[in-house]
Amino acid sequence: MADPEVTLRTEGLVKHFPIHAGLLRRQVGTVRAVDGVDIEVRRGETLGVVGESGCGKSTLARTILRLVEPTAGRIVFNGQDITHLPSRQLRAVREHLRIVFQDPFASLNPRMTVAEIVGEPLRLHRRSPRASSGRPVRDLLEIVGLNPEHTNRYPHEFSGGQRQRIAIARALALDPQVLVLDEPVSALDVSIQAQIINLLSQVQDRLGLTYVFISHDLSVVRHICDRIAVMYLGKVVETGSRDRIFGAPTHPYTQALLSAAPIDDPSERGRRVPLALVGDVPNPANPPSGCRFRTRCWKAVDRCAVEEPALVDRGLGHPSACHFAGYRPAAPLGEPGDGVSVPETLP
Amino acid sequence: MGVPILSIEDLCVEFRTPEGTVRAVDGISYTVEPGETLGIAGESGSGKSVSLLSILGLVPQPPGRIVRGRAIFGGQDLLRASRKKLRAIRGRDIAMVFQDPMTSLNPVFRVGDQIAEAIEVHRPAASRQEVRRRTVELMDLVGLPDPVRRYRDYPHQLSGGMRQRAMIAMAIANAPALLIADEPTTALDVTIQRQVLDVLKLARDQTHAATILITHDLGLIAEMADRVMVMYAGRVAEAGPVEAIFHRPRHPYTVGLMASRPRLDVSQDTLTPIPGQPPSLIKVPPGCAFHPRCFLYGGHYGGRARCVENRPDLRLVDGAQHLAACHYAEELRDG
Repeated sequence: MADPEVTLRTEGLVKHFPIHAGLLRRQVGTVRAVDGVDIEVRRGETLGVVGESGCGKSTLARTILRLVEPTAGRIVFNGQDITHLPSRQLRAVREHLRIVFQDPFASLNPRMTVAEIVGEPLRLHRRSPRASSGRPVRDLLEIVGLNPEHTNRYPHEFSGGQRQRIAIARALALDPQVLVLDEPVSALDVSIQAQIINLLSQVQDRLGLTYVFISHDLSVVRHICDRIAVMYLGKVVETGSRDRIFGAPTHPYTQALLSAAPIDDPSERGRRVPLALVGDVPNPANPPSGCRFRTRCWKAVDRCAVEEPALVDRGLGHPSACHFAGYRPAAPLGEPGDGVSVPETLP
Repeated sequence: MGVPILSIEDLCVEFRTPEGTVRAVDGISYTVEPGETLGIAGESGSGKSVSLLSILGLVPQPPGRIVRGRAIFGGQDLLRASRKKLRAIRGRDIAMVFQDPMTSLNPVFRVGDQIAEAIEVHRPAASRQEVRRRTVELMDLVGLPDPVRRYRDYPHQLSGGMRQRAMIAMAIANAPALLIADEPTTALDVTIQRQVLDVLKLARDQTHAATILITHDLGLIAEMADRVMVMYAGRVAEAGPVEAIFHRPRHPYTVGLMASRPRLDVSQDTLTPIPGQPPSLIKVPPGCAFHPRCFLYGGHYGGRARCVENRPDLRLVDGAQHLAACHYAEELRDG
């Protein structure tokens, strides 16, 4: 029986996009954006999904909400399989499962007032006949720290941070259980980013929400997430609690990602030896055989090309999809000769 | 300390917009010394990019207008140099790397030819073989794999990180005295950003160029800069050695920036954001532009008149070289 604490779960979720080319638009290939992803989100927690562009994290977000239809696999929400739910019933589910997008300049209709934008979900879901003038919108604006007097203003009258507050208010309109946040602070300046991060935490506590937080920004994820799934080329390569992922990562990709981030403080200069990754992320239309990370991995051997590593706990405390998962030696990180080859200069 | 490579004095740049004239850069002065890396930090609209684009003649006029100021480079004032002269300086003595390599590279020419062109333009006497050899050498230096083959690639055939490498190759082609990097890694992923950052450091060290790094990312500043200048609403809020700015900030805005960023190296329970929004340049607050968001102004208690009435000048606050534009900088203690 399923764990009742798990609000949202995906099982072997797959989303492939066909590539069409030529005069007849024949399908010539497939982009394997999401390629067998299992995640579990427990009630009240924040699951972070991190990875670089093209790893499939945004497609995963959209597939969970069925904004794009999954190619295979299952999406289970509150114990109900919603993978093939017809649209009328899906609409009911979507009242509880909302999304906030990255760019508040693109996601808000410039011709609608704040009251119309925030009240639209109420109207569409026929919650309140006078939603745009009623109390809920003012309450929602108050929750997200906007002046309730501003209901008749248009998006262009607001700054980026305020627009993102409007987008969050809209997502909260139907009193959802889960918010999928797709890079919600990436388009914002540092000082505003912190405001929105704090707002999301406050709203979560106040309304008892569950978050799926999609981001490429490791420091933001570290701050806000309880558990983290690291994605690479459509797969989850490592997953665990925040302390595990940031304190004791075992997948080479996670280790490289963490060591590549810029330092926080000038006094750290030279103290951290980055694991310089060679090359770029391979094309998701033609991913490497076996382990997808092997083309950039310093641990890769022949086995990695033929046998795909499963995402399982190899006795290290949390699941990692690497045949040779292991802790990176403690600081000073990666002394040459400890089995981790640290390039002295660039490739 | 010697003769500065670049010395900017009282630079003011305005733009005419439908809503009125905005002063994007409002009387900033600074110098860049040979071999040093100056980091210019600030949020969108702080004037950090415009301050440099304007001295290179890259701000279209109109709508832009350089109101006053001097920018002394190599003994001459760039703001008064002819277009022809500026064209000769750009790309040879002062080179630039911009954020978006896709818009900086011409999509219809081969990458190698574009790098070669950067050399040829400024060295017309060089022979074809010489230019080609140097191009391949540069491509190799910035880590473009298999340069002889890559020479014939078009920009769309390169990934974002590879394009940025090509841009860096182009920038250092003529061993510039000054390298300006404007958000050089902002469009890139973390692992690619790391590669480009390392190439940039390598390029800087090989050419011994003075570098100006413009970025909103304090991590890049922490990583690369010797000296930092923090800009707010077109003015310099604080300037000083990188260690001082990070460990002993003396402007409330810098203090706010440091407290509001999430960190990778430590677990934090809360972030302390700066309240309010950056000002619209149409309507910059009087006195200190930061006062409506400032904890030293004390808006809850009616506020300090001085912050509203007098614009604070940049002044020495904490030993040599550390400047801040705050009337009450002395109230900030190390924390």
